[in-house]
Amino acid sequence: MGEAKKDDWVQIFNVVLNPEERAPGLPPETAGVPLTMKVKGFLIDQAADIGDQVSIQTVTGRLVEGKLIAITPAYEIDYGRPQPELLKIGLEVRKLLREEGENIE
Amino acid sequence: MNNNPALSYQDVMARKNRIMKQAVGIDYDQFEQEGIAFDYEAMMKKAGYSLEEVRAIQEETNVGKTPLLELHNLTRLVRCHAEPGKGARIFIKDEACNPSGSFKARRASLSCYQAQKHGYKGVISATSGNYGAAVASQSAMRGLNCIVVQELFDSQDLSQPEIMEKGRACEAYGAEVVQLSVGPELFYKFLILLEETCYFNASLYTPFGIAGIETLGSELADQVRREVGKDPTAVLITHAGGGNVTGTARGLKKGGCDHTEVVGISVDLSGLHMASDRDFNRKSFTTGHTGFGVPFATWPDRADVPRNAARPLRYLDRYYTVTQGEVFYVTELLAQLEGLERGPAGNTSLAGAFAVAREMDREDVLVVQETEYTGAGKHPSPQLTFAGKMGITIKRGNPEDSVPGQSIIIPESPGQIKVKKVDLDNLKKSYLKKAAQEKGKEKLSPLEIEYLAAELKTSTGWIEDHYGKGEN
Repeated sequence: MGEAKKDDWVQIFNVVLNPEERAPGLPPETAGVPLTMKVKGFLIDQAADIGDQVSIQTVTGRLVEGKLIAITPAYEIDYGRPQPELLKIGLEVRKLLREEGENIE
Repeated sequence: MNNNPALSYQDVMARKNRIMKQAVGIDYDQFEQEGIAFDYEAMMKKAGYSLEEVRAIQEETNVGKTPLLELHNLTRLVRCHAEPGKGARIFIKDEACNPSGSFKARRASLSCYQAQKHGYKGVISATSGNYGAAVASQSAMRGLNCIVVQELFDSQDLSQPEIMEKGRACEAYGAEVVQLSVGPELFYKFLILLEETCYFNASLYTPFGIAGIETLGSELADQVRREVGKDPTAVLITHAGGGNVTGTARGLKKGGCDHTEVVGISVDLSGLHMASDRDFNRKSFTTGHTGFGVPFATWPDRADVPRNAARPLRYLDRYYTVTQGEVFYVTELLAQLEGLERGPAGNTSLAGAFAVAREMDREDVLVVQETEYTGAGKHPSPQLTFAGKMGITIKRGNPEDSVPGQSIIIPESPGQIKVKKVDLDNLKKSYLKKAAQEKGKEKLSPLEIEYLAAELKTSTGWIEDHYGKGEN
């Protein structure tokens, strides 16, 4: 029982404001959804599964409760795909400088 | 979701001023004069630090003294498309060399110094930009706790890769990152955290946040003089909340550059709503854009402090926009021709430089005053990969045809990089309109007229001619 153990580095989720509690004057697509929050910290509970209501201690020492959504959450950033629209720029401007660059010093 | 009534949105917002006073340690009331006027210079002097003090504080945490690099190949490229005798020399201040990889280290340095000096246990900052990493890095050096509150994901749980990277960087420097979905109530959560922790508000808009940038302007002035024996003709500054323009311009003045033109550049994101859950992930720039640049210029006191120290219309001589595609293009040029791989957002003013330098004389010196670090997520290829996933059309062509939120058009030639002028007079009139709303039906006092003339870098006569008139 328990995918996550005490002291694991986890991420929790909370609803901060329900749609009816949100600030006035928001565009409808924002006003119609809740304001939500994610925070990471060390699990305080002995054991927990994804979806459980848990407590964590953040690196500043704050205690925060919320729904467990990830255990050792990954940094999902990368360099993406090389963009065809960018790939030839270097070749183009180097050629331009070779052909015209000498006359402009 | 709050069962505690004291934490409802309305209740917390009603306590805003009290929370802020405790969290920045400045009594802003002492600078109020009459009506809409306050004593800006007194605030900067009394609550801030002198240039010499700022230098000494920044030296403690290795901030500043970044290199000024001449971009020889980019200058040559500009001259390929310039009239004979035209094409200014382009220099760039490599602010990516600051500890956290951007000029924001300068802004964070004083806030963290101030927080430490006054015994705060930690600092909090509300930012999705490079400022978060800067505050985290400066806090790390000063042994302070740090919380960064980011607007990161939309209701479909999709996040901007650039902001994800900035969050990772904050964590690398030991900060707690509170990540929120789209919405201006980030400020509400920020207030609750300030109240809960009693930390210092490392706002971008206190006198500390601005005075920290003055060294950038003064360093740049010294470096240009040493390099070319004269003052810079123009300095191009990426403009968002107004701090970069204000601080750099003040530093240039303190450095004796009385005739250097101060030119603001923003990415054009017109048509996109900054509080829209839908638009949030249909833009590829999370700062340095018109969504901040215009509202903060036309009414600076919309910030998280009672009186904003960033007041760009006091300093701007010209203001232009560029497109997202042009910024990605020059980011590629900087890497491919100058061997400098830097983050796209920091290259906003470099894109503007391309067009502005073309119209300037060859003897002129144009300085682009920042670069920022780059990395996974914060780089043209992941940002355009993400834009493509969000249904944005990406193609080569004339960037003038691009529509923010629908298309990003990468120029086919450097000659296609153009700047679009923002009429500063129109921004000043918008400012006056807001001032008139604040005043109700009351007339302006002579002191208010003088205040507005300084605020808008114009004459008292212009204020009298335009206040409460026509489009106002």
